[in-house]
Amino acid sequence: MPESSVMPRFATGARVRISARSEGRHHRVPSYAKGRIGVIERVCGAYDQPELIAYRCSGEPLQTLYRVQLNQEDLWSDYEGACNDTLEIEIFEHWLEPA
Amino acid sequence: MSERHPHTHRSPPQPDHPEPSSDYELLGVALNELLIEKRIYTAAEMRATIEQIESIDSSHGARVVARAWTDPDYKAELLADGFAAVEKLGLDPGYVELTVLENTPQVHNVVVCTLCSCYPRLMLGRPPVWYKSKAYRSRVVREPRAVLREFGTEIPKDVEVRVHDSTAELRYLVLPMRPANTDGLSEDELVELVTRDSMIGTALAEAPSVAS
Repeated sequence: MPESSVMPRFATGARVRISARSEGRHHRVPSYAKGRIGVIERVCGAYDQPELIAYRCSGEPLQTLYRVQLNQEDLWSDYEGACNDTLEIEIFEHWLEPA
Repeated sequence: MSERHPHTHRSPPQPDHPEPSSDYELLGVALNELLIEKRIYTAAEMRATIEQIESIDSSHGARVVARAWTDPDYKAELLADGFAAVEKLGLDPGYVELTVLENTPQVHNVVVCTLCSCYPRLMLGRPPVWYKSKAYRSRVVREPRAVLREFGTEIPKDVEVRVHDSTAELRYLVLPMRPANTDGLSEDELVELVTRDSMIGTALAEAPSVAS
């Protein structure tokens, strides 16, 4: 995990909502995950922001990255699997809010 | 034999490698030519780099998995810090974080990158074409069990299927379950059972062939 002085806002196990905002610029949140509620699976550390690097900026300030676990049945109303199937996705902190 | 024998049963010729057609492909070709012309690197260095990239295959990942199967301490290290554990075997972990996902009797992991084609290349080589296809990327998050079935992989309903969307900074390697009846096998023999797809999660590790 990268060394960092950035304090994570969320802890493992916290319930979070992934922001539903639309963004015309490069970002790393697929539309299927927007607006969904999940749980922080782990805090990955602080990373340069791809949203800035994509436009040749330095990527700073660093942002904390999390892995968020979502239930498949919350993602897709017609999900045909098992009820405990899950999906995990990496989301940067500025895309998360408490839920 | 007639000189006019028509060769109707001849197989069609192999299609040629297509010329660059998109603007981005042409830009890539032009940039490469310019960098060579400006002596930033040589054509030979470019060729050697491509050869080096293409020489990496899933045997690197397979060695990591086989070691984890035989050495519980190593497995614990691998799950805690994939990067350091890969380096410990003298392999190049690359420059991005490597997260190892352990398959268990309760959880089956499968990896995708829905936004592009993030893939642990230094462990598995270049990604297969299907990994980058829209069909795989859009379907495996939505109906993972149906996709796995098409790979011949049936996951029982009481096992959680956990899809990992590799969207940002981490790369993922699945640690498949060690197949049954492999207690007597050496680490080198175990390596042979660890396929590329078993480390993406679209398959299980191979069963050992029956001893003669």
